[in-house]
Amino acid sequence: MRTRFAAVVAGALGVAVATAACGSTGGSSSGTSANTTASKVNFGAQNARLCGSAVNTTPHYTNTIGTISGGAKTLSGAGSTFAAPMYDQWASSYNKASGVAVAYASIGSGGGIAAFQANTVAFGDGDTGMTPAEISQAKGGAVLQIPLLLGAVVPTYNLPGIPAGLKFTGNVLGEIYAHKITNWDDPALKKLNPGVKLPNMPIAVVHRSDGSGTTNIWTNYLTQTSPTWVSTLGGPSKSEGLTVAWPTGIGGKGNEGVSAAIAETKGALGYVEADYAISEHLTYGQVQNKAGNWIEPCIATVVPAVDGVKFPPSLNTFLTNGSNPDVYPIVGTTYALVYEHQTSKATAAALVNFFAWVLTAGQDENAKLYYAPLGASLQKLAYAQLKKITVNGRPVA
Amino acid sequence: MTVPATTSTSPVPVRSLQTRRRYGDRTFRLAMLGAAGVVVLVLLAMVVFLVAESWPALAHYGPLSFLGSDRWAPSDATAASTRPNPYGIVQFIYGTVLTSVIGLLIAVPMSVGIALFITGIAPAWLRRPLSYLVDLLASIPSVVFGFWGIFALIPALQPVVSFLIATLGKVPVIGGVFAGPFFGLSYFTAGIVLAIMVLPIVTALCREIFATTPADEREAALALGMTRWEMLRTAVLPRSRAGIMGAAILGLGRAFGETIAVTMVIGNNVLSITKSIFSTGATMASVIANEFTEAVEPFHLDSLFVVAMWLLFISLIVNIVGKLWVRRIRGDLVW
Repeated sequence: MRTRFAAVVAGALGVAVATAACGSTGGSSSGTSANTTASKVNFGAQNARLCGSAVNTTPHYTNTIGTISGGAKTLSGAGSTFAAPMYDQWASSYNKASGVAVAYASIGSGGGIAAFQANTVAFGDGDTGMTPAEISQAKGGAVLQIPLLLGAVVPTYNLPGIPAGLKFTGNVLGEIYAHKITNWDDPALKKLNPGVKLPNMPIAVVHRSDGSGTTNIWTNYLTQTSPTWVSTLGGPSKSEGLTVAWPTGIGGKGNEGVSAAIAETKGALGYVEADYAISEHLTYGQVQNKAGNWIEPCIATVVPAVDGVKFPPSLNTFLTNGSNPDVYPIVGTTYALVYEHQTSKATAAALVNFFAWVLTAGQDENAKLYYAPLGASLQKLAYAQLKKITVNGRPVA
Repeated sequence: MTVPATTSTSPVPVRSLQTRRRYGDRTFRLAMLGAAGVVVLVLLAMVVFLVAESWPALAHYGPLSFLGSDRWAPSDATAASTRPNPYGIVQFIYGTVLTSVIGLLIAVPMSVGIALFITGIAPAWLRRPLSYLVDLLASIPSVVFGFWGIFALIPALQPVVSFLIATLGKVPVIGGVFAGPFFGLSYFTAGIVLAIMVLPIVTALCREIFATTPADEREAALALGMTRWEMLRTAVLPRSRAGIMGAAILGLGRAFGETIAVTMVIGNNVLSITKSIFSTGATMASVIANEFTEAVEPFHLDSLFVVAMWLLFISLIVNIVGKLWVRRIRGDLVW
């Protein structure tokens, strides 16, 4: 009796260990397949030429403002996860250069705007800035929106055996997100990718569960290119925004959450900022732009997004669906949100010093994390915003 | 009895000793009363606070409109419009109840089995270690369960669920409930994680209940020639049925409020009710955890308070019912 009992207990323990082992190997095998396919980049010769060409990623803008004395030693900011990797890099380099500690909380554009409106942080960050309605609810009054970088939102997928470079059009992406295309071997996807053996697997759509500027850029692009997306969501006012009523899919928190969901789910398709896709070794595809060319997201194809764009006085505008023949169509910037009329001289000086550095020396670091620096004309406009910051009526810069 | 007056020979005046004892006693009682009172006050304050914070949304859209719709679309909300209510919460109640019921359906039979094993079948040297191990499950942090759920449970579930979709998913009428596709994050996964989290509570209670079976009834059954299983089935289980119900209800109360583990494995699909248990969804706790940091649309934050209010009410009612039920069975249990 006792020996038989002991055998049962030993068997139960063995099963427990086996299932734990099976679980972990199952997880890791999907991870390694994503790793190996990422190395087989397949974007075509045209893109190889575009993305391989030399782009000036260190423009060396000059800082004419100089360092203002009396600045605070710490600055707090919150917002976009789209720009969060760059803020981390800038904060670390700026700390080495000036000794000022900048703490940035990556909580999503929606959260950043809310914290900024409540004046609980010195600056906010939203990928699509603030609407006039949002600005009217900001406790500190008039808001300056300062673009800081250019980045790409890339369609990222997890398909074992399929290399990077799958072709997508805005309309097909819209239909996938509207739950009209539900399987990877749908005829629409097969037509765009004739040489690729797409598996018979349902598409696991991944989107953001929090308020996101990345979402705003992505849905703005879908609204422009996919009538199905607009009609499914109920009209152009409802089909784009920091958050939308997603008809289907898994919700991830932040760019980090979406990349994790894509990495763990076979058959997943989601949208993330390019740096997250590259650093997590995820496969991403190419998108057809307005001119009809298939473009790979890289720095060289992101920079032309500002060509021909008329920036309003607030500098708040979308950069999607550009008309340049070599431009990647889903490009966005990120706007630092700063109150125009500051109340504390120390904070105002610290803000001006930090963002003057970001817009000059900081721009040379953008390419390290696969973002593009601002072009000369946009940089000049952004820099001019800094000169508008005042304390008690007197300009700081 | 008169108290003698103090004399120079007695070390401590007897009168002041009695006074000190009376004041000390009273202070102690007041302090303990205060501690108990704080608990009651906090509970009341929480209810009042939730109702007050959700009042703007309740007044704007009407209290019943939240329960009349299963479409949660904050992007549809505008400051002026009141119909239709873009913050329907039925799918969150559905998600909470569904994941908890799946958890209980898995956990209660297992708990009854474990409790029967501990009280009836296991050798004496194994009883205490096994009880400790089951109770140890209760001390694993919730977020660890979520992590384990994503990286270990989901890959292990894939073949099982594919099989269920291929078989049960084809059955007419109920096939829709078991339909694919399965992406790992789902009501079903959340239900399994909840089952493991609820197991210790239900097992501990069942153990107590089975232990109250009079020994002479067990021995009488064995003396009549019944096997061990027959003895358990006839002498232990029938009298324990009500107790097991009570334990299950208490487990349900625990499962309702579970937040972080469920949020990590349920998929966060808040739009409306999804029919299949293998599809993504949301619960009341998970939508609050996900959305409260940037609920900037009109009445969004207030509507999350409505969800919290309903979650509090439902959890309180289930817990009260469970406790009363168990108290009826085992009055001496301090639960």
